[in-house]
Amino acid sequence: MPGAVFWGQLMNDRVLRVQDLAVHFKVREGLLFNSKTYTLKAVNGVSFELNAGETLGIVGESGCGKSTLARAILGLIKPTRGRVLWLGEDLGKLDEEALRKRREDLQIVFQDPLAALNPRMTVRDIIAEPLWTFYPRIARVQVDERVRGMMKMVGLLPNQINRYPHEFSGGQCQRIGIARALVLNPKLVVCDEPVSALDVSIQAQIINLLKDLQKKLNLSLVFIAHDLSVVKHISDRVMVLYLGRAMEISSRSALYKRPLHPYTSALIKAVPVPDPKLARIASDTGLTGDMPSPLDPPLGCVFHSRCPYVVKRCELEVPALRRMENGDWVACHCAEELDLTIGKAPT
Amino acid sequence: MTKSTDSPVIDPFEAALGVHADKGRSPWEDAWHRLLKNRAAVYSAFIMGTIILLVLLGPLVVSWESDFTDWDFTSSPPSFSSGHWLGTDAVGRDILVRTLEGGRISLLVGLVATLVSLIIGVGYGAIAGYFGGTADRIMMRIVDIIYALPFLFFVILLMMVFERNIVLIFVAIGAVNWLDMARIVRGQTLSIKNMEFVEAARSCGVAPWGIIQRHIIPNLMGVVIVYVTLTIPQIILVESFLSFLGLGVQEPMSSWGALVSDGAQDMESAPWTLIVPAVFLTVTLYCFNYIGDGLRDALDPKDRL
Repeated sequence: MPGAVFWGQLMNDRVLRVQDLAVHFKVREGLLFNSKTYTLKAVNGVSFELNAGETLGIVGESGCGKSTLARAILGLIKPTRGRVLWLGEDLGKLDEEALRKRREDLQIVFQDPLAALNPRMTVRDIIAEPLWTFYPRIARVQVDERVRGMMKMVGLLPNQINRYPHEFSGGQCQRIGIARALVLNPKLVVCDEPVSALDVSIQAQIINLLKDLQKKLNLSLVFIAHDLSVVKHISDRVMVLYLGRAMEISSRSALYKRPLHPYTSALIKAVPVPDPKLARIASDTGLTGDMPSPLDPPLGCVFHSRCPYVVKRCELEVPALRRMENGDWVACHCAEELDLTIGKAPT
Repeated sequence: MTKSTDSPVIDPFEAALGVHADKGRSPWEDAWHRLLKNRAAVYSAFIMGTIILLVLLGPLVVSWESDFTDWDFTSSPPSFSSGHWLGTDAVGRDILVRTLEGGRISLLVGLVATLVSLIIGVGYGAIAGYFGGTADRIMMRIVDIIYALPFLFFVILLMMVFERNIVLIFVAIGAVNWLDMARIVRGQTLSIKNMEFVEAARSCGVAPWGIIQRHIIPNLMGVVIVYVTLTIPQIILVESFLSFLGLGVQEPMSSWGALVSDGAQDMESAPWTLIVPAVFLTVTLYCFNYIGDGLRDALDPKDRL
């Protein structure tokens, strides 16, 4: 590829910068005249950066804006505010046609593996569709060869090329989805909960596959999950999302040993322990209640309504995402005072 | 799997079944197999095929011309000796030939008008549904406005402006029938366009037209095909209705509806003039409805009880 040299220079550089990204939806409730319009702040001011070949895990409860964030990064949803810079270029400023061209580099893997595949198309047509889109004049033989190669790469049998999605298992369908995402040699793949719909044993296979492929192809990954234990295996850094805001962005090792944000610590404690004795000892998460409605988020720190360490300031002032001494980021007023080391009894 | 990845048969179980790994079975093929298991639909299709063959080839075989008036046998009952197997009408025309030739017109109107409504309706509905927003609102309001025109008034108006001819019937029926099709297709499109595989195509950079062509339309064809098989008999009925009112085809051409209308006038003295075309008409309508039912069950197995 002609861009290879250029790409090499960028190797250790930031490829993706997301700055203060926000996606708000208008929601109408009620009928005709007494209807009210609410603003649903699905993603509200998220910033992060991603290096070439790096994996950023994004975790959070259902409804915290993970999927919306994924779609906004790829320009599938227009952000209300903020910018997405891909290789220094603002994707929001591009017109439809130019954005379509950039999609060669930016791909997505979906949550529901079967729903993400057109039931009326064969595996060949599904995997080849991005190729036909970007290289309409490519010869059929070449496309076939490439598709078979991709199938082999993701662990499918190339002679199943003429089969339809309903003839495959969930894990195999996800492999097809991954093959489609990788067929154009993208530089960034956003995985939107790629393993949430799969069996645990298959989850491990898919995660290992993604890890292998990332190493082989030098991909940058944004890996979304609602489960910290899944993210642990694949991420270099982890972002914790709550009600559309980033609570913490930490390197993996630091996050799992000593989380900076009370919410992260609660999430880590919520990971099930596969040993009944240990599970009994394992402390309670310390969280009460449900996540507030994103239609009506709490003032101040969005987490203060559930935080066990809440102080007066939390209800008044929105904590900024700030950098700690070790280089990790946290949005908590009390981050310095709290010691949330895992395994220690809460004080 | 321990076998080499390029072996043509992937596992012994499939080999035992005689299934080849290379060959997938599409949802269409699955539906086809389910349809073949539906007896009512298969028999209906067989009868329908026979009627179509009769209608196409029959007039070539029967020795009478449809507009030949046999003055020796006016209003004669079915008999082999006269050569008019199914009798003649009041002016001595052979009922069998007239029914078969009328069938050509009825089926042609049904097929052509449905085809017109299929092409316009699917295109219009898919575009309105996929693009949504203002385009959708304007396009569907246009549909509502045309829908509000009284059908008969519309037909009579067309008759006044143009001469009475067969093309006009196609136009009139087609112009009204695509509205339903457009609404159904739009509804389907709205649900399909939010599915993940459409989003996947968008994120691969596929242009809107490609998405409509490759992803939306193939996935709503199931519903559309069922609707088509139910529209054909409906249009045949509408044509019969127009002919019955004297707005349909003109002598010496005929259609099942026109024949039934003529027959109804002499049904006391010559009941065969009513019964023969009426039997052809009802059998055809039943067949289409059973085929439609069978297709719906075959294409959407989830809805079957």
